[in-house]
Amino acid sequence: MSPLDHKLLRDLWRMKGQAIAIGMVIALGVGMLVMMTGLVTSLNETRNAYYERYRLADVFAPVTRAPDRLVGRLTAIAGVSAVEPRVVGGALIDLADKDLPVQAQAISLPDLRDPRLNDVFLTDGRMIDSDHTDEILLLQSFANAHGLRPGDRIQATMNGARRSFRIVGLAQSPEFLYVTAPGELIADDARFGVIWMSRAGLAAAYDMQGAFNEALLSLSRGANEAAVLDAVDRILAPYGGTGAYPLADQTSNLIVSEEIGGLEAASTGVPPIFLGVAAFLLYIVINRMVQSEREEIGLMKAFGYTNAEVGWHYFKLVMAIAVGGALAGCLMGIAGGRALIQVYVTYFKFPFLVFGLDPASFVIGVSVSIFSASVGGLLVLRSVFALTPASAMRAPAPADYSRTGAIGHALNRFLDQPSRMVVRRITRQPGRMAGAMIGIACGMALCVSMITIYAGFSRTIDLTFNVIDRSDVTVSFTHAASESTIFELRRMQGVTLVEPVRHVPAVLRNGLDTHRGVITGLGPDARLARALDADLAEIPLQTGGIVLATALADILNIRPGDMLTVEVREGRQPVLQIPVTAVAESLLGSPSYMDLAKLNRALREPNRVSGAYLTIDEARATDIYKALQDMPTVAGVSLKSDAQVSFQTLMDTGAGAIRYVMGAIAFIITFGIVYNAARIAYAERSRDLASLRVIGFTRGEAAFVLLGELAVVTLVALPLGALMGYYLSFGIAAGFSSELYQIPAIFDAASYGFAAMVVIGAAVGSGWLVKRDIDRAELVSALKTRE
Amino acid sequence: MRKNTFSTKGLTKVYGEGRSAVHALRGVDLDIPEGEIVVLLGPSGSGKSTLLNIIGGLDRGTDGDAFFQDQNLSEMTDKQLTLYRRNHVGFVFQFYNLMPSLTARENVELVTEIANDPMDPDDALAMVGLRERVDHFPAQLSGGEQQRVAIARAVAKNPTVLFCDEPTGALDSMTGRAVLNVLKDVNEKLGATVLIVTHAASQAAMADRVIHFADGAIREVVMNKNKLTPEEIDW
Repeated sequence: MSPLDHKLLRDLWRMKGQAIAIGMVIALGVGMLVMMTGLVTSLNETRNAYYERYRLADVFAPVTRAPDRLVGRLTAIAGVSAVEPRVVGGALIDLADKDLPVQAQAISLPDLRDPRLNDVFLTDGRMIDSDHTDEILLLQSFANAHGLRPGDRIQATMNGARRSFRIVGLAQSPEFLYVTAPGELIADDARFGVIWMSRAGLAAAYDMQGAFNEALLSLSRGANEAAVLDAVDRILAPYGGTGAYPLADQTSNLIVSEEIGGLEAASTGVPPIFLGVAAFLLYIVINRMVQSEREEIGLMKAFGYTNAEVGWHYFKLVMAIAVGGALAGCLMGIAGGRALIQVYVTYFKFPFLVFGLDPASFVIGVSVSIFSASVGGLLVLRSVFALTPASAMRAPAPADYSRTGAIGHALNRFLDQPSRMVVRRITRQPGRMAGAMIGIACGMALCVSMITIYAGFSRTIDLTFNVIDRSDVTVSFTHAASESTIFELRRMQGVTLVEPVRHVPAVLRNGLDTHRGVITGLGPDARLARALDADLAEIPLQTGGIVLATALADILNIRPGDMLTVEVREGRQPVLQIPVTAVAESLLGSPSYMDLAKLNRALREPNRVSGAYLTIDEARATDIYKALQDMPTVAGVSLKSDAQVSFQTLMDTGAGAIRYVMGAIAFIITFGIVYNAARIAYAERSRDLASLRVIGFTRGEAAFVLLGELAVVTLVALPLGALMGYYLSFGIAAGFSSELYQIPAIFDAASYGFAAMVVIGAAVGSGWLVKRDIDRAELVSALKTRE
Repeated sequence: MRKNTFSTKGLTKVYGEGRSAVHALRGVDLDIPEGEIVVLLGPSGSGKSTLLNIIGGLDRGTDGDAFFQDQNLSEMTDKQLTLYRRNHVGFVFQFYNLMPSLTARENVELVTEIANDPMDPDDALAMVGLRERVDHFPAQLSGGEQQRVAIARAVAKNPTVLFCDEPTGALDSMTGRAVLNVLKDVNEKLGATVLIVTHAASQAAMADRVIHFADGAIREVVMNKNKLTPEEIDW
């Protein structure tokens, strides 16, 4: 090993504290990138493998009642590789521990064979025996939420008839990764169940002997999906087909894809920001580190080393830190990704895990680190090479402060000598100070944007559950009922307000942009559920057009004034042309609103409602639930308080949960930045500080000169960081927003205050660590060491 | 009989432990009366700087005692040592150790602001012949001028004792002589005890007392009957 390499190793050892701090910052930036991309890759691969192994259908075709002989015609469609007819129906499960019956979906499994499509994954117990029509499989998550086990019996109402069933097994299915009651957006394991039972048993309950009411289709490779959908619709139309839809529009898949998409957006949007900050910091730190080595560089040149040899030596030093940090980041990213993926596997209910990594993230992470470190090192080495060897042999020349005199004159009257040292240092090296300041401002910006995101999540909940929806209870009916149902509800004891609503499933089209959703019809004086504009003022619906949520308007690429094509998927299934009148603020889902009467008129179904919003007297809640349960038209009852809890859980366990990991990383990076700034300042000034101590300054007085500089730089960085954070928060908010829910970038004073406290806390902590070193420094050795 | 500014009893300083231990001072007994110019001579590593650092309050002995007047420096807390340096001691170093961000006058004011009974900073700079250059920054001064600012800074607090570690080590003969003249003036006008550590034997000619160091111990102490002025010294 050459003596220079020995020096390299010893130098690294000597500056290990700082090298680790720098390496840590770059490691976190790289680690976040690797972790997030690995997480997304793994989730996508796991989902795809799960879909493939359990043969999830490519097309879902609901129909009112189609005879089994149509299966042959469906199979004959070009591009269709398999068809599975089945019977599905709504059910209400009575549970001993619940006031309200729980909504469920009953699904048939073929008798005497495995399903060709949409197979189930048995997690406990055994498969059903088709000879016993009372045997069922229950969705595992639902069973767990209610403590149900194989061998237990449950009561369920199907098609008006109450029956008793025996649970023989628990199952999962790729079709129900995310389960919601019809018309609801937020999943809750406890509030919606899935029952699998024999085709014969279910057909009997729903009068579907020899018929099916849903066809599942899989496509062969290269099939034309749109053509298949058209062909299926043509075949099923005479039998009450309500429109075949692709897997992409299937609720569970849609939401799982959105959640993974949300993570993907967060992983492409946020880590580069972190990595960028880390890279910039690396540049600044390397720059200052090499600067402080100038005497040694001069000395090496005096011994006869060439510029290239000296440059290579320092390049290796810089690379050791940058590459070391980047590699540590890759390992941290893999470890972090593996830990997080477990959380998500549980959240998405994947029965197994395919762990994958994105090699590109390693390459990007390591190259960005190497690049920024090289640029930082090379720029400063260039100026150092201009140094003559002789300068190393002379006593270190004092830095020239003569040009700062003018600025100081006015201030001098107010400042003592140590304060002047602080001020002059800042004014003499504005570039270097700006570097430190921008570094700290970047940390502040990361903290501000992450903390305002937390406020944004709270804002989404508040707006959704306290401003837009002011009801206590939402009731949904089994079918579009007459308005007399509303009067019936109003007569109930303890019900204080009832407002009708009609939900109509529809495909919304604007040119090539389509969205499969639900139109919400609201009454003229609706108080409980409203369409609100960005200023939270109510948007009147009586003008006759349709009002779209911001997210929906973005999906459809449409603006107020444009005409929207609405293909209704219910009743007569008319195709309507409706003008868009306004865009509504909604942070949950992508709803669209119309006036109830106008909607009914367009459908030529006057005075129909599909549900109601209620406010109730809390004291009579139990009686009200009992009464609702006894109403035959009521399909489901959901409490807003339950929905709010579910939504909070969704945001804290789904894609949104990553915000806490990112927040923690932002704090650590911020500390790394501030600590590095303090360390470097100390390295540059240790000699001055020792001199001050020698001439009789106390530790505190000497530390003031250093920490005063850090304080000024930090305080100036705060407003700059706040401004940068403000703009950064838009990018991060967009990264966290999905079709499922939107996170607004808001200005929230408390968040800025908290972020400032974090940065100041990091500065105080770093100051304390450096102050400890100042206290420990031996005066004699500090004086003997030349800069 | 004049009082002693310093006296040491069995002062020992050991760096490190066990086999790698280095004995920088091996039981030094010494008395330095007030008002003298004392030169500590010896090759590098002989312990002279270590002694200076300990009686200057920058470092502590491993064993033995060091007294300033009648106060035992070995028993002082860090805080007391800081006050001791602040109120009684002036330091001059080979590499000046000026604050580059302060002008000559401000460098002196740095000390006068915290000292008990300081002189006017301009007077201190006048003493070292820099009356015209008080507003210059260190970078605008020559090496000799910087060292004279350092001396002005050291004497401006009216120190009881002035410590100089190789004060002319980085200077040519002419500026070196000028600096020694300033030290002599400080001794005569202010009555401060001046301790000069050097390995330039010729400078011993201007001292009242010359202490020869070797291997961490005093080899001999020579009283100088015929002091020379700095101009008369061979450089």
